[in-house]
Amino acid sequence: MAQRLNVLVCSGASCLSSGSIEIKKKMLEEIKKAGLEDEIRIIETGCMGPCELGPVILVYPDEILYKKVKKKDVEEIVENHFLKGRPVERLLYKSPETEKLIKKHEEIDYFKKQKKIVLRNCGMIDPESLEEYVALDGYEALGKALTEMSRDEVLKEIETSGLRGRGGAGFPTHLKWKFTKDAEGDQKFVVCNADEGDPGAFMDRSVVEGDPHTVLEGMAIAGYVVGASKGYIYVRAEYPLAIERLRKAIKDAKEYGFLGENIFDSGFDFDLEVRIGAGAFVCGEETALIHSIEGKRGTPRPRPPYPSISGLWEKPTNLNNVETYANVRHIILKGGDWFASIGTESSKGTKVFALSGDIQNTGLAEVPMGTTINELIYDIGGGAPEGKEIKAVQLGGPSGGCITKEYFDTPIDYESLTELGAMMGSGGVIAMSQDTCMVNTAKFFLDFNTFESCGKCTPCRVGLKQMYKMLDKITKGEGEKGDIDKLVELGESIKKTALCGLGQTAPNPVLSTIKYFRNEYRQHIENKKCSAMVCTDLLTYTIDPDKCKACTLCAQNCPVDCIDGERGVVHEIREDECIKCGNCYDVCPFDAVIKTTGELE
Amino acid sequence: MSEKIKLKIDGYEVEVEKGATILEAAKKAGVNIPTLCYHEDLDPSAACGICVVEFENKGGYQRSCCTPAEEGMEVITNSKTLRKRRKMIVELTLSNHHVDCPSCAADGKCELQELANHFGVETEAMPSVLEDKEKDKSSVAIERDPEKCILCGRCVEVCENIQTVNAIEITDRGFEANIDTPFGYGIGESPCINCGQCIVYCPTGALKEVDHLEKVWDAILDENKHVVVQEAPAIRATLGEEFGMEIGNVTVGKMYAALKRIGFDAIFDTNFSADLTIMEEGTEVVGRIKEGKDLPVITSCSPGWIKFMEEYYPELAKNVSTAKSPQQMMGVLTKTYYAEKEGLDPKDIVSVSIMPCTAKKFEAQRPEMSDSGYQDVDYVLTTREFVRMIKEARLDFKNLEPQEPYHALADYTGAATIFGATGGVMEAAIRSAYYLLTDEDMDSLDVTPVRGMEGVKEAELEIAGSKLKVAVAHGLGNARKILDKVKKQLEENGESEYAFVEIMACPGGCVGGGGQPYHSSIAMRARRGEGLYKEDSELPERASHHNQAILNLYEDFLGEPGSEKAHHLLHTNYFKRSVLTGKSIAKATGAHEKHLEKAAE
Repeated sequence: MAQRLNVLVCSGASCLSSGSIEIKKKMLEEIKKAGLEDEIRIIETGCMGPCELGPVILVYPDEILYKKVKKKDVEEIVENHFLKGRPVERLLYKSPETEKLIKKHEEIDYFKKQKKIVLRNCGMIDPESLEEYVALDGYEALGKALTEMSRDEVLKEIETSGLRGRGGAGFPTHLKWKFTKDAEGDQKFVVCNADEGDPGAFMDRSVVEGDPHTVLEGMAIAGYVVGASKGYIYVRAEYPLAIERLRKAIKDAKEYGFLGENIFDSGFDFDLEVRIGAGAFVCGEETALIHSIEGKRGTPRPRPPYPSISGLWEKPTNLNNVETYANVRHIILKGGDWFASIGTESSKGTKVFALSGDIQNTGLAEVPMGTTINELIYDIGGGAPEGKEIKAVQLGGPSGGCITKEYFDTPIDYESLTELGAMMGSGGVIAMSQDTCMVNTAKFFLDFNTFESCGKCTPCRVGLKQMYKMLDKITKGEGEKGDIDKLVELGESIKKTALCGLGQTAPNPVLSTIKYFRNEYRQHIENKKCSAMVCTDLLTYTIDPDKCKACTLCAQNCPVDCIDGERGVVHEIREDECIKCGNCYDVCPFDAVIKTTGELE
Repeated sequence: MSEKIKLKIDGYEVEVEKGATILEAAKKAGVNIPTLCYHEDLDPSAACGICVVEFENKGGYQRSCCTPAEEGMEVITNSKTLRKRRKMIVELTLSNHHVDCPSCAADGKCELQELANHFGVETEAMPSVLEDKEKDKSSVAIERDPEKCILCGRCVEVCENIQTVNAIEITDRGFEANIDTPFGYGIGESPCINCGQCIVYCPTGALKEVDHLEKVWDAILDENKHVVVQEAPAIRATLGEEFGMEIGNVTVGKMYAALKRIGFDAIFDTNFSADLTIMEEGTEVVGRIKEGKDLPVITSCSPGWIKFMEEYYPELAKNVSTAKSPQQMMGVLTKTYYAEKEGLDPKDIVSVSIMPCTAKKFEAQRPEMSDSGYQDVDYVLTTREFVRMIKEARLDFKNLEPQEPYHALADYTGAATIFGATGGVMEAAIRSAYYLLTDEDMDSLDVTPVRGMEGVKEAELEIAGSKLKVAVAHGLGNARKILDKVKKQLEENGESEYAFVEIMACPGGCVGGGGQPYHSSIAMRARRGEGLYKEDSELPERASHHNQAILNLYEDFLGEPGSEKAHHLLHTNYFKRSVLTGKSIAKATGAHEKHLEKAAE
């Protein structure tokens, strides 16, 4: 029976953590109280994307989006909207420019410029319902492939589509499939890399949590092409919901005959299993991931042989990323030509990005390849919060690099980003404003890479440590002339001699910030100055005697008692004892505490 | 015929077999590309990155140790940038290495030292990032200094894949990555079997034996102590190479001379007790073959193998010969027979052995190895320690005039000297077993099928009309192949196809022991073995039962082989040990015990 209203409650990670489950519970109660159980259906969905607005609720068929819903708002929504048909205006989205209320969610800027292929179902269906997935053409592509197409025809379609690996490197998907298909082996495997680990990236997680069947279907089609009867999905243990939903999806798909033996009576068998990783970042590297599934220590090995030839248990193995598999069914259903019509010459289709940092609309956005960075961070991301200006974005997470605003009109595709010293990576976009110290940012990413290095190869294990120590020195005001050149030299050497992708890209955040923000490095080294006021060791706190009202508040809040003065006596900070915690600056009611950086001339 | 390919190394054309690495191809072209983690006997781990090369016709770097050479490749092994990269790797490695070359056990043998020297790298080119790490002194045989470890992974490779002991593994990640035993209990409480192959393959001095040298010097220089020494068969074939002579040169007279000059009071020879072992073990083999009981008999002279058996194959303990190893037979005779003969109080005798083996240090300290009423062997020196001793004594080894040992406990036959090479014990035993079963010597004493470096060797012999199948394995990974087969046959049929099995823990046998010089490659081991076979062929007596000194010993002291006295002094029991800690948890066999009980009745 069709319901009058479908209420979609976003249960993506961000909305979940801001209380969407409680809201859902409350809504069920209120609906029951109002006697609307038969008319209104509540559906817990995967991530809808606009995390900044969360918890988000979308009401169909009205297409009304409620933002920042609180538990206490639920009664009002049920009463006014569900019962009386009057949407609760104060919870609707307002255009930041025109202040106009926008009721229909598709009219919101954040959604307008997006093109959803991979995320089509995310936030629209109950990810735990196979029926809902099937209702939206789910498993039709698998059926088509198995019953109407030969393995070569499917491969041809993927080739025509121009799909490239979404894990970061952008290797043509059809070639990987072809290599595995052509490799000799009594048993072949299909593996999905869902070991997303970049700080600030949650694309794969959202797809798996929001639409798990789409990944399963893509893998089954890949299995058919390469001749694999078994597949593994490697997910990090930190994604418990993803694991749960994948397991349920596999179980349901088997029950319905979409996985298992003799699928669609085609004679094709395909079974899937979830393997949980312990969260080492390096296990996202394909050979390390394979080792981890095999139960070995997750360290990379030299290639060749590539996994397509000798992968899991030394059998030919096709390994793709979540997002790559999620594209497959759409290509099969709508055709490779359709897919190839989206995007740029070299990069086809769409890419999902996770927007975070100094940006108004943090969240998940899927855009056609070729969209400019400007469009992504301003039109969709809404630009920097008030009073700030975006000076650069970090693309590709800890393996990527930054791109400065002069290049924001660059269309996003694999080649142009690499040319700029960044990379597509898995799709993390971190916006940085004038309040971001680029040296400190580089240090943050390098710290991550140093910690997450597997420790196998010397350039990565010791080289990154050396680079980190130099950056640490610089941010502490102990940098010396020549350090920048040393960093570049070391970074270039590590890139050339590290064993795997992690080490070969780990110096990127440092090298690209030096490339575009050399001046910030120089200021840190030569003037002991951090203009973003981030590197605490380079800050100096003083008290303006003219403004100080000798209230003692700062002295009371100083954890190390380094402020002299008493009531009536102007205060003074003993600089050599100051630990630069900033408490005095924060508590002074008269703005008498002055924060400065750089050596006084 | 395997396929050949042609490529250019620095412009020189070279032809190699398909599948050869660039490193191997370069070697053929006369260039030894620098390596650090690579060792010709082991699978490349590709950790260090120092062997990177460039290409004339394409960009990028590849590790030459693990990259297959390809037709038409144009490899560059030296360039301005390669020099820079390689130097950087050496600098990085040194920055995380405890540089104390003058007092390091590997000084002069250290591959890192050599590279630093060749590349003209200054020790402190990069600031040290080395953290304090505690030495692992938990083992009686092997000591590990993590501050010198460069994480090349060779020790793990040899422990895990060649020896299949799995006592050590790389743990933690990134800069914290280190090599450790299960649960960090330390080598002494791990499954380590003390074979010392990790030491031999260590490129630096991170691994070494537990040093007994100081104590031996103290004893020698103590007038109240009577210090005797025995030297294992393999020692004589190794010493020469450490003093500028050809590998495999047998230097027995010079060895005795050096010992005398150093100040030992009496010089015995483990070769004598090797002949004695054959008399005891041979008698046991013949007896068990006649009875058809507990076959196959498995040799017991390799203490690494014995501990391995006690951990991983305790169910086969009843098959292992109860005869003690030659070292322990000599030890017990020293403090009984020799003491009596020379009118010495055994408590004043210090019994020293010089062994190619680190496991002998463990064996000497086993509580049951004190049938003389004292610890039978007090100190065990490895070949490396003995070389240091000769160097400290400032002896001109190469030009020493040969000297004579204490003949009653030193004379030996060719059968004893080949104990040092894989298959040697088997061959020696066959020579005497044949005699014991037929009362005549074999037409030819050479049993060539059991010689050579093949991992598992088999031979079928016809003795007194019956066929006997024997097997020889060296290296414990190879041993597992035979042992698993034997175990399966015993379980399924109650009997095995083999009558006699020789197992040596170390690849190549004792010439490749863990107490031998650093970097003893398989090729070097083979040459040492050849030296021993050459000595065998030149000796006047080549079968243990023809050793007059042995016959005298039985007549004067022991009675006959397998006598009660012989059993009491020259045989032993085995234990079941924990595979986690290597500690004994139960007695696994009572064969020797039962024999004694029976004898007592």
